[in-house]
This record gives sequence, structure tokens and C-alpha cells, in this order.
Amino acid sequence: MTTRRMVILGGLGAASALVVGYALWPSTRIARADAMAARAGERFVSNWIKIGRDDTVTVVIPHCDMGTGIFTSLSQMAAEELDADWNKVRAETAPADSLFANGPLGEGFILGEKDIYPNNIPAFLRGTVANSFRTIAGFMDLQVTGGSSAIRATGVFGIRIAAAAAREMLVAAAAARWNVAPETCSTRVSRVLHEASGRSFGFGELAADAARHDPSSHPRLKPKDQYTIVGKSVLRFDIPRKVDGTTAYGIDVREPGMLFAAIRISPVFGGNLRSVDAAPISGRRGIHKVIKLDDAVVVVADRFWRARDAAALLNPIFDDGVLGGVTSTTIAARRKAALDDALKSDLTVGSGADALKSQKVIEATYQVPYLAHATMEPMNATAIYRNGSLEVWSGTQDGLGSRAACAKSAGLPIEKVTFHLLPMGGGFGRRLPGFFNFLDYAVKTAMAVPGTPVKLVFTREQDMQHDFYRPNVMSRFRAALGAGGMPAVWVNDYTTDDDPNPEAHILYAIPNQAISAALVRTHVPTGPWRSVEASWHGFFIESFIDELAHRAKADPVAYRLKLLADKPRHAATLELAARKAGWGAPLAHGRGRGVAIVESFKSIVCHVADVTVAANGSVKIDRVVSAVDCGMAVNPDGMRAQIEGGILFGLGAAQYGEITIDKGAVAQANFPDYPVARLADCPDIEIHFHDSDAPLGGGGEPGVPPTAPAITNAIFAATGVRIRDLPIIKHASLIAHGATASL
Amino acid sequence: MTIRLNVNGATREIDVEPDAPLLWVLRDELGLTGTKFGCGVAQCGACTVHLNGEAKRSCVIPVGAVADMQIVTIEGLSAHGPTPVQKAWVEHQVPQCGYCQSGMIMAVSALLAKNPSPTDEELKTEITNICRCGTYPRIRAAVRALAAAKALP
Repeated sequence: MTTRRMVILGGLGAASALVVGYALWPSTRIARADAMAARAGERFVSNWIKIGRDDTVTVVIPHCDMGTGIFTSLSQMAAEELDADWNKVRAETAPADSLFANGPLGEGFILGEKDIYPNNIPAFLRGTVANSFRTIAGFMDLQVTGGSSAIRATGVFGIRIAAAAAREMLVAAAAARWNVAPETCSTRVSRVLHEASGRSFGFGELAADAARHDPSSHPRLKPKDQYTIVGKSVLRFDIPRKVDGTTAYGIDVREPGMLFAAIRISPVFGGNLRSVDAAPISGRRGIHKVIKLDDAVVVVADRFWRARDAAALLNPIFDDGVLGGVTSTTIAARRKAALDDALKSDLTVGSGADALKSQKVIEATYQVPYLAHATMEPMNATAIYRNGSLEVWSGTQDGLGSRAACAKSAGLPIEKVTFHLLPMGGGFGRRLPGFFNFLDYAVKTAMAVPGTPVKLVFTREQDMQHDFYRPNVMSRFRAALGAGGMPAVWVNDYTTDDDPNPEAHILYAIPNQAISAALVRTHVPTGPWRSVEASWHGFFIESFIDELAHRAKADPVAYRLKLLADKPRHAATLELAARKAGWGAPLAHGRGRGVAIVESFKSIVCHVADVTVAANGSVKIDRVVSAVDCGMAVNPDGMRAQIEGGILFGLGAAQYGEITIDKGAVAQANFPDYPVARLADCPDIEIHFHDSDAPLGGGGEPGVPPTAPAITNAIFAATGVRIRDLPIIKHASLIAHGATASL
Repeated sequence: MTIRLNVNGATREIDVEPDAPLLWVLRDELGLTGTKFGCGVAQCGACTVHLNGEAKRSCVIPVGAVADMQIVTIEGLSAHGPTPVQKAWVEHQVPQCGYCQSGMIMAVSALLAKNPSPTDEELKTEITNICRCGTYPRIRAAVRALAAAKALP
């Protein structure tokens, strides 16, 4: 079957005109949008843009705001192009319907990512398409929030164009009423003005007329130097309701007559439920039903704690098969073996690995562990199955994808499924499509108690032990230095459980490079974790380049700058961070300063970390000075918050984070054995922007990748101990020894 | 059995086992869902409420043990409009996903009630709630601002 969008996407060469044509709705679709998502007095003028009689502009956004502030920033982009009164701008979540699918997201990647081709879908989108449909068209029908894509794709290719088109339609409607040429009209604070005659209309008076015009396929976009809303720090829309407890997250859903469910999933991934005896909980208050699923047992009760306590009393028997013998040690051995015998070349520059011959080779092997997402709100979903239809409520990173996944779990056509996308207590990749085990269990539970709504909540233990983990990865480097101690050869072999990782490609100008990946799949489910591949390759690359600088007896900043001579944005970002951090100034004994720079999701982030190492080997991160080039920040204070959050997320993982496998199952269960960053770990953070004319970059993720290497490079500077295996905390005695030896 | 609770200044009678966790009684019996479930083992602080003015983690407290106490949840904290802590949270744009913030605000409010000008060191020791979005720098900035304001005559 050939669809219109496949035809459009076939002609990528002529993309920009077609993109606009695709992005904007003809007036026939506007009527459907009004029926679905406009309240009394509101009209859709173009896709994503509703205008009310009272001039209120509502931006209907095909994303969820996980707390990154994208609803506010995308509304700034819309308000800017509309010339709307910022005080009358709101945002709401688009319905989980294909009418509101986020075409611009897919288009953004096609236009913006040179690496895209059918077998190389961005990692955060891989779960959206089945393997047999790994084509570009396959991820057009989605509403994914991930990949730090909302601003740089949805905003740039969708919402701002829709808003600019809507502005032109409002002008056309006013001009027609006045019988004047549209060019003689202007727009300001939600009004269309005809200055020659002194007449004006509010947007609300024009919306219905405007909606009857077809949108221009080439609306005029405002030049950056005329921005008055984009680029200004504004207060986020969602915050007032997040300080008084009134934001209702997925876990807060209350439906009349609702039951609650607790689950015990096979501890060994892929294990099956053989049997479960319900006798231990018979007669307990409030218990409705014990449901046997393929790999889990679910207890349904009138209250959650009754379900949870009862589930804990059961002794389900699971088949572990051969997987019950898998441990972190056996997995590590497989990774090590794969680096020797399963490599496939991904990139060769110059003479590649051949250039190592007869050179003095510097070699180092790095590792990172599995990590859980540990969102504050444990996975949960509420569902009711009645009269052949399914209704589901949950906080996820893809409304439309969730609806499709629920339909698949239920064996129903998608038209029989309603999905309500609710705010979520943290996503970080955990709630992306492909990782919807909580929806699947909730749907199957609801279908076992037809006619009654049921809310399934994972305990923290189930959440942590049935995640889709940041992969554990091994990476081996071999390098040789040439003239002036600069790297002449860079050979990197790493393991992957998916496609080769574009993030393994380096920024640095090194004449000979060979980068190869070895596929190692285990039974441990993995998935995108805030910053995805950059979370490991950032650590590997920025650590090893630091090793080379040390071997060359060079300053780590100066060494990197030499290798970035042809990348002025990167060099300027690095110099900005170094200058603001006082790079080169001496530090007291026991303290160290480290640097790392990573570009990810089209933003360049450089961190300079200062650490203090105690005699017992514990490491305190005192300060992180960060420089960011994301083109320009739409909401600078919001961008700052994202970089801060990225630093804390990366810092906690670097210091403490490790999920291990024992007897085929996750050994950690809750925060006591999976520590995360707390206030006491929080360094002083300074963030500086290097504004450039580059296309807008992402915000949610790019703060994470340089964090771990900036810290470990600082530990090296303080102690001479090179951490090649995270987390840092397991090397305390080594660090203590280094701290003592360096006295 | 019937348990009588004083929640946000009102008396509520609930037919519930005395060992039911206070968190779930607040959420599922009383519909006060501003108090959040995070870990169930008093580690993360998302379920923090005030018991006689003290910040306590309600997920491990049996409801039978609090029958004589004044229980205040996030809903009760701001019953008469936003408190200075909540205003500071908006001013400093603290929340991201916001899920931990009810507990965070309850913990900080209790701390400031007994120590209006905590030092950074006291804050580190006293506020051990988990925020996965990493809002700690702004929490610290907001508390510093509140502490400075209190220090003025």
C-alpha cells in the first residue's frame, strides 16, 4: 500500500516545500479537529492552533510534557509567529488520535538528521515500529515525546509553521472584511490591525472566518531578530498546579467503582508462570480475584494496599528455563568475547586500524552497567473493558502509540480503544513505545474483570525489576599518538544490543579512525535511558581522549581545542566553559578539575567539574560549570533547568547507579540498593549559553552525557586514578589509595 | 473497624484495618491524591505529610498509630492560598515532572517551621527526599531565598 505520506517522503530532495504542504491541514480536517478537541467558543484555525472568542490561543500539542517545559516553549514558538498576547496563550495535550499524529516529528528527523535511513532509526524511536516495518513512513503516525525532539522537530517543522500560517489566515479574514489588501494589515498582541484606517479586530472575532481559508504552504516566518517571546525566560504553565498537589498524574485516576491491582512478574525475564496457589490469601478482606497471566500473577482488590499485601503472600512458581543461570559475570564474559570475534565495521577514516601497525599502541577498555530509570511515579495504568471497547488512562511518552499498544494487547481494532494521556511522574525513556509492559498487564487485567475499571500499580520493587534498562556496554580503545602528541589513530570497538551507535562517532579531527560494533543480545530487556547512546559513548570517548591528553603531557582543554580546530561552535563552547570555570587555576590538594564536551541531540554541552576526594575514597562533586550551544534557547530558564536536571541525572548514575543480574533476575529492588542523587549530592551549578545561528538543538537529554566523564576526569586530576568502569562508588578503595599516593 | 482521623483540620471516620498504611488511606479512602507513592519503604519522601507539625513518610505509618494526631497533607497546607514556600517554588520554577514536589514542599515547610534559616549543611541533612528530575539546585535556591527573607527583621 502506498500512502500519501510515503509518496511525499519518497521525494526527500524537495523536502522543504512538501513538508509544509504535509504539515498544514486543509479546512476539511479543521472541522474534524473542532469536533474532537474544541470547546464552546473555540475554533481550530490551523493544526495545533485553536483560537477562542475571547482571543485565547490554545496550542494543542502532540506530546506529553514530562516536566521539561515543552508545552510552554512550544507555545512560545506559536505565540511568536502568531503575534499573540502571551498572557492569553495556553497549551493542552492533543487527543490520542491519528488526526493529531505528529508528522513534523518524523519530518524533522528526515530533514535534520543526516544519519537517518531505514535501518538506522533514532534510538528513542525504535520501539515505535516493528522490525518488518523499519521504514521512515513507519514512524510518522506517532505522538512520541523523546529524543529531545519537541522543540527542534515539532516546534521548528510543525507548530511554528502552523502558527505562521494561522496568522496569515487571520490577516486574510480581516482584510476580506475590510476589503483591503492583506499586505496593508499587520498583527500585534492578538489583534489584526489596519493602521491606515485605524481599524482592528481581535483574533477571536476572526477565528471562524480564518478557519475557512486554506493555509499557505509557505507562510512567512518571523526573522530571529524580531523575536519578542522566543528567547525570553517565561514562567512555565504547569508549575502552579505542581506546588499544590492538584496535578493529577496517571496514578491519581479515580473512576467510579474502580478496583486496584498489584502484580508479581516472573523475576527472571522471559520466565513463565507455572502455578500459583491462592489459598494463602483466601478470606482476606477486599480481595476480588487472582489472575494468572503468562508471566505474572495479578491480585485484584478493592484497595491497592490490600492487593499489594495479598500479592506479597503468594508463592507463584515460575519457569526460569536456562536463563536462571545468567549473571552479570556471564554477561560481561560474553561482551568481552564479542569484542574479539563478533566485530562489524561501522566507520573507517584514513587507513583505519591499519595505521596502528608498528606504532606504540595505547589501549584501554571501559564499561558501564545496566541502569534503571526509577521514575518517581512507578509504572501504572487504569483500564476498563466493557461491551467490546477498552478505555485506558496512563502517563506515557506517546499517546497514539499507547492506544495502538493497548489495542494490540486486547486484540481489538484501534477504533475500539480510547486512550487518555495523563501527566507522568518522570519518563526518561521508560514510558516510550516498545516498553509498555505496564499497559499490557493493565489491559489484560481489565479484560479479566470486564465492566469494572481497574488500576494496576507496580510497586517500586516491580518497577525496578521489570524495567527496560540502559544497556551495559563494553568499549575498547586503541590509539597511537603522532606529531606533537596529537592522536594519529583512533580505534574503537564496542558492544551493542541494537544497531551500530552513531554516538560512537567522534567530534575530533583524527586522521585515521576505525569504529566497529559487536552485537551482543542478552535476555535482559534494554531501552532508551535519558540521552540513550550518548550516555555511554560520551563517557567512553571523553575519558579516553583525556587519557591521550595525559599521555601527550598536554592540557586537556588545549588538547581538545586543537582537535576541534575545524569546529568553531564546539571550540567556542569548550572555551566558554573553561573560562567561566577558571580552568588552569591551581586547586587545593585533594581537589581536581575535569572537562568533557559532548554533542547530542543537536546541542553541544561542555561541563567542567570540580571534585574533592576524601581520604576514604569518597568523591564529592563541588561544582559543575557548563556551557551550552543549542542554537538559541526558546525559554532560557527552562533550558537551564534541563541542563541542571541532566547533570543531576548523570551525576547520580556516575556515582552510584548499577543494576546487576543474579540468577537471571535483577538483584536490586528499591532505593536502598539502587541509590540515586539526593540534595546532599548536588553541586553548585553554573550554566552559560553560547548562542549561535545553528538550528535549535534539544534540551532534555544533552546535559547528561558529559557529566560522568567530567567527574571521572576530575578524579584523575586529583588522584591519578582513572575510572574506566562505572559507578564510581565501587572504586572507593582505589581512589583512596590514589588520594594517599598523590600526597 | 472504624478509625477516626483528623486530616487537614476535619475529622474523618474510616472503616479500615489499623495496619493500613496512612499513605493509601489518604489517597484511596479520602481521595487526597496530592500525597504520592514513590517507594513504599520511607526512602524517597514522595509521601511526606505533617503529623503534629513534623514531616513524616506516610507510606510506612499504620493508620492506627496516628488516630490522635493532626494530619496535614499538601491539600491542607495551601487551604488558604499558596504558602511562602509554594510561592518560592513558583518564583524559582522548581518543579519539573512535579511528582516529588508535594513531599518536598511538606518536608521543607516542616523544616522552616522549626528552623527558619537553615544552612546549606542543615538542608542537606534534613531534606533527603528524592527528585529524579534533579530540581535540587532550585530547591536550594528557593530555601536560601526563604531563609534570607526570614533573617530580615
